[in-house]
Amino acid sequence: MLRFLLRRSMLALLVCLVVVGVSFSLTRLSGDLAISIAGPNATADDIETVRKGYGLDRPVLIQFGEWAFKALQGDLGESYFYHTPVVTLIAERLPTTLKLGLIGLVIAIAIAIPLGILAAMREGTPADRCITMVALVGQALPSFWIALLMITWVGVHMRLLPISGVSEWQGYVMPGIVLAFSAIPALLRLTRSGMIDALASDYVRTARAKGLLQTSVVLKHALRNAAMPVVSIAAVQLGFMLSGSIIIETVFAIHGLGFLAWDAINKNDFPVVQAVVMLLALIFIALTLLSDIVNALLDPRLRT
Amino acid sequence: MMRSLTLWSPNDFNFRHLSLGLGILIVGGISLIALFAPLLSPHDPYLQNLGQRMVPPFWMEGGMPAHLLGTDQLGRDYLSRLLYGVRVSMMIGTLTVITSGLIGITLGMVGGFFGGRMDSFVMFVITCRLSIPLILVALTVVALVGNSLTVIILTLGLLLWERFAVVARTTTMQVARREYVDAARAAGASLPSILAREVLPNILPHLVVVATLEMAIAILLEAALSFLGLGIPAPQPSLGLMISEARDFMFFTPWVIMVPGMALFVLVLGINLLGDGLRDMATGGRNP
Repeated sequence: MLRFLLRRSMLALLVCLVVVGVSFSLTRLSGDLAISIAGPNATADDIETVRKGYGLDRPVLIQFGEWAFKALQGDLGESYFYHTPVVTLIAERLPTTLKLGLIGLVIAIAIAIPLGILAAMREGTPADRCITMVALVGQALPSFWIALLMITWVGVHMRLLPISGVSEWQGYVMPGIVLAFSAIPALLRLTRSGMIDALASDYVRTARAKGLLQTSVVLKHALRNAAMPVVSIAAVQLGFMLSGSIIIETVFAIHGLGFLAWDAINKNDFPVVQAVVMLLALIFIALTLLSDIVNALLDPRLRT
Repeated sequence: MMRSLTLWSPNDFNFRHLSLGLGILIVGGISLIALFAPLLSPHDPYLQNLGQRMVPPFWMEGGMPAHLLGTDQLGRDYLSRLLYGVRVSMMIGTLTVITSGLIGITLGMVGGFFGGRMDSFVMFVITCRLSIPLILVALTVVALVGNSLTVIILTLGLLLWERFAVVARTTTMQVARREYVDAARAAGASLPSILAREVLPNILPHLVVVATLEMAIAILLEAALSFLGLGIPAPQPSLGLMISEARDFMFFTPWVIMVPGMALFVLVLGINLLGDGLRDMATGGRNP
């Protein structure tokens, strides 16, 4: 187990290094950052001032080293637009996005797992086909469109839920549901196929032969074994939802991490952009590492 | 277990082939529309007519036969813009899949065929790519480099290859141990030739399934980027852009977001149905 932990953590660390490099070089793509920051009406002198002021006249590698070194100490630089430390901006917005992502995940699990179990128990019947269709339809729905439709019908016409902001808890309901849409298909398919395999296995047959109740067989014996890949996918989907919330947050005007990033992209606020890209990537790496460790704890065969 | 048998049971036969058939019908129809959009469009999609703004579609009161799906806030014919928008979507979907397919399949085949360190490296690259937040990076790149069709296709192509790589890798691993690969090697075939002539044709069915999935994702992503204002530049027609432009009017005239949204939904659903049907054929009825 210790060896597995060490190796898996080393891998995560290497991925972190690459991701940090990518998030830094991403903002250098435009060629000359100083021109982008100075804006379209800047003179050559303005651009030169910006370049000196932001330290962009030094070699890229030195800039990267300095940024990475400071980032390690928790200093992600200062926003070009707000002139406050990026860390403060992120700390203000991160809880909203995390809350939104977790709500989306809970809704997705609450819908996908029961449906997946039902489909597996009724494999090949019309009920199974209908549920498989739900997954296909869910995959094809553009999230921003669903968001707009919900705002129009549920928010404006029926006046059931607030259409923007999260000042009250009801504000999380619609964005949570829309975000869950993106995770449902994958979770559902995996629960269904895992349960089909588990229900056909020897231990389930034994449990049935012992005369155990159907619910006990399905929930205790089969689901426990089918749950492991679902745990991994749930972690991955949460990571996807956190970065995908950029669309939902802009539609619902929720001031979370995604909104901050979108705003920063439009304002050429590069320290914020690269910090958010890096943070989301690091959260994703941590989530997958965690799910691998949980799975290894549950199943000793995976500790290789 | 002989799951492949269920594919041919009379009960299942109809359904599986129904979804595949429906998928082929939708994707085929939309491909034709995309190809012949200039011939099918009743109007110039860029032509503004400020005297006829927000004309509703034909089934609503006040609809005009000249504008079957009505006009937008600038008086442009909605049907023509929709047809051209579908053309843009299909173009982006196809070209992105070609780009990402080239990258992903090469990486996956190399990793799967050689195994060992090479494989670990390929897996590492895939893990890194998965960790990078997709939409955020795509938005940043487009914002920095400038939004044009080429930039969007290249950005999405460079980001969406990981599924190709994963599937190409696992299927190549299975194929690499087969006798015909050994036979080709013994006959003195070069490595690129073995990969291209022996391995690739045998893993192709699985890759086609991935291609449909990736195409659907690419089309949805382009729509999302355009919706956020960092995709296809206005006034070019794009389904995402149409939804974004219609957003200000949706409370009073909901059809303005219904029409492009439905088109996008049907297009992506058709591609997914096609992919699902193909997956059933490739995996013999097993649908993971």
